[in-house]
Amino acid sequence: MKADPHGVLTGVHFIDGDHACCEGALAAGARFAAGYPITPSTEVVERFAARVPTVGGTFIQMEDELAASITLQGAVWGGAKAFTVTSGPGFSLMMEHIGYAAMTETPCVFVDVQRGGPSTGLPTLPAQADMMQARWGSHGDYEIIALCPNSPQECFDLTIKAFNLSEEFRVPVFFMMDEVVGHMTEKVVIPPADEIDVVPRKHTRKSVEEYLPYGTNGDLVPEIAHAGEGYKFHVTGLTHDERGYPNMTPQTQDTLVRRLQNKIRNATDRISMFEEENLDGADVVVISYGITSRVAQRAIELARAKGLRVGKLRLITAWPFPENKIRELAGKVKAFVVPELNLGQMVHEVERAAAGAAKTYAVTHAGGNVHQPEQILKAILEAAR
Amino acid sequence: MAKGRVDIVVERCKSCGFCVEFCPTKVLALSSAFNSKGYHPPHVVQPEKCSGCDLCGMYCPDFAIYGHKNNPASKQEDGDES
Amino acid sequence: MSELVNPVEAFLRTDRMPHIWCPGCGIGTTVNCFAQALIESKIDLETLALVSGIGCTGRVAGYVKLDSFHTTHGRAIPFATGLKLANPKLNVVVYSGDGDLSAIGGNHLIHAARRNIDLKVICVNNLIYAMTGGQTAPTTPDHAITSTNPYGSFEAGFNLPHLVEAAGAVYVARWTTFHVRQLARSIAEAFKKKGFSFIEILSPCPTLYQRRNKLGDGLDTMKFYKEKSKVRHGAPTSEVGLTMTGDIVVGKFVDRDRPDYQTMMRAQYVESLGDKYVEQTECVCG
Repeated sequence: MKADPHGVLTGVHFIDGDHACCEGALAAGARFAAGYPITPSTEVVERFAARVPTVGGTFIQMEDELAASITLQGAVWGGAKAFTVTSGPGFSLMMEHIGYAAMTETPCVFVDVQRGGPSTGLPTLPAQADMMQARWGSHGDYEIIALCPNSPQECFDLTIKAFNLSEEFRVPVFFMMDEVVGHMTEKVVIPPADEIDVVPRKHTRKSVEEYLPYGTNGDLVPEIAHAGEGYKFHVTGLTHDERGYPNMTPQTQDTLVRRLQNKIRNATDRISMFEEENLDGADVVVISYGITSRVAQRAIELARAKGLRVGKLRLITAWPFPENKIRELAGKVKAFVVPELNLGQMVHEVERAAAGAAKTYAVTHAGGNVHQPEQILKAILEAAR
Repeated sequence: MAKGRVDIVVERCKSCGFCVEFCPTKVLALSSAFNSKGYHPPHVVQPEKCSGCDLCGMYCPDFAIYGHKNNPASKQEDGDES
Repeated sequence: MSELVNPVEAFLRTDRMPHIWCPGCGIGTTVNCFAQALIESKIDLETLALVSGIGCTGRVAGYVKLDSFHTTHGRAIPFATGLKLANPKLNVVVYSGDGDLSAIGGNHLIHAARRNIDLKVICVNNLIYAMTGGQTAPTTPDHAITSTNPYGSFEAGFNLPHLVEAAGAVYVARWTTFHVRQLARSIAEAFKKKGFSFIEILSPCPTLYQRRNKLGDGLDTMKFYKEKSKVRHGAPTSEVGLTMTGDIVVGKFVDRDRPDYQTMMRAQYVESLGDKYVEQTECVCG
């Protein structure tokens, strides 16, 4: 379906990533946010608090991130599209409820505007060190989707994509921004509402007698109902059967948790989004995401100017990790160069998928500012040798 | 005849004794019978004293007993059935 | 003679009976009172949602035939807040235990009371963490023996009515599982109120709290409630603290009026934005 025009601020704007993300959420149909202030993410909810009373919706600043991360889920079950926004320390506090969203298959979006860590770290400076945490932060086996914008424009466009994916797969989706993308101001074009595709909630049309809250008919994603519609269903974080009733046996556990995993994993190729350039015939491929990809772009250009055959693969979706793509590429190239604003996180996934078929060079950075192009160029030169 | 009667779901009972204790007219006592879990469910020992007040039902934590009036005020029944 | 059905059956997921609660546990008794209150208040069950946390009382959500949510430990209240704000037509009940609501959930309890979110909170207080084997709870009376205070607790227990009154609740009552009629009436009263209502229900945990403290079984505890309860409607909540063997002050302590969160929200937006204010629309999720 198309976006609700009430939430779409059509026009050409000059805004930062945080602000663009808020507009993306509104355009996607988000009408509920629960948040807690944390630098460098706060502007997203501040803007939402200012916008939503004139669009129709609710913002509530909760007493902590533990509350925010579950209040938004209550709102989802009450019928709204909902999200929260945070950074490192708040993200850590939200982990239990991220697991709850995965287990109960609550469609929602968690925005993490990454900053230097660990702990209080660098509140006003960038990092990309929560990438593994987005994937593995909560306990137990579950799968999630994570997107990495690299510009304010993408903060708008991809937030819509994040909501769409969350509804399609009934899964929490992570919007992995960083402080630079969040606070850089660039041109953001917001199209008319009828040019924006929005995925509706997979709402059941079954009768009360027929409906099974966690039953799947062939596809791995159950249909959802909301409180107040007469279905009288039960939702629990305990291991449950198709009726949603707690059923704590190894068999039910196996069925449920594998479905939660396969729901995403089987659709990896459909979910994955990249930006690719010059992969054919490349000796070295630079794999990057988020703000680092913009520095990598410069490094790649410098390397190509030196006559090197360097390709670019930008991960727009970091999770599920595009193993097949990397494995396939690994068979054709000499090496991967993986610059990240961390001491090595996604590079481990690249290495794992490459399985030794290509060498992997990490270009690490503890965070606080972005790489210099020369740092990445140095790694490219070494990889090309 | 008695103003009320109780229905007992024997299999749900856990012999907590609340119904026996708090019946205002001492209609019930724990029986010596067992249900399949090994508990002694209550049985009616003074049926004529039952008023159908359902205090037993309100107290029962296991939803194992229900007291009701024989002639609900809204209906005009013969009351002569046995 | 027709077989009349126990009205509580209509509220139960009978396919999940028997429940897991111990012999002599009072939680099931509170559910009877809850069902009675629903019948008396003629609450539309289709727009009633029940949210619980983790613990023995938290399992109520799984046994009632309502839209029910068994959430995380301590976080039933914020979940319920989201539910209510997204769909103001819902009647939202939080049904959880003393540990869940006042320890890990304590912060959310006081903020929801402060905000006066329109929630009916039923707090079953068995003075212990029962589900996990009988550890000390914030409500455990001084000197009580628990698995984490094996030599006796040396902390004062929370006076929950005092806490929630101070935080801003508009309806505060305490009963015990002995007071089945009064409790049902109290819950029905809370349904008539708009704002944050809190009903504490003292309940036996014969397996852990009573047993470890040699206080008898469930029936002994019920008799203890009968003997020691003193009904004092309107009592100052500062005076209703509990001790292991002392008097239990029960009754309706607070019944006041204060605009609830959504009323205040709306009023503020109307005042600031006038015509530009657009109230929460129906779900546009498609």
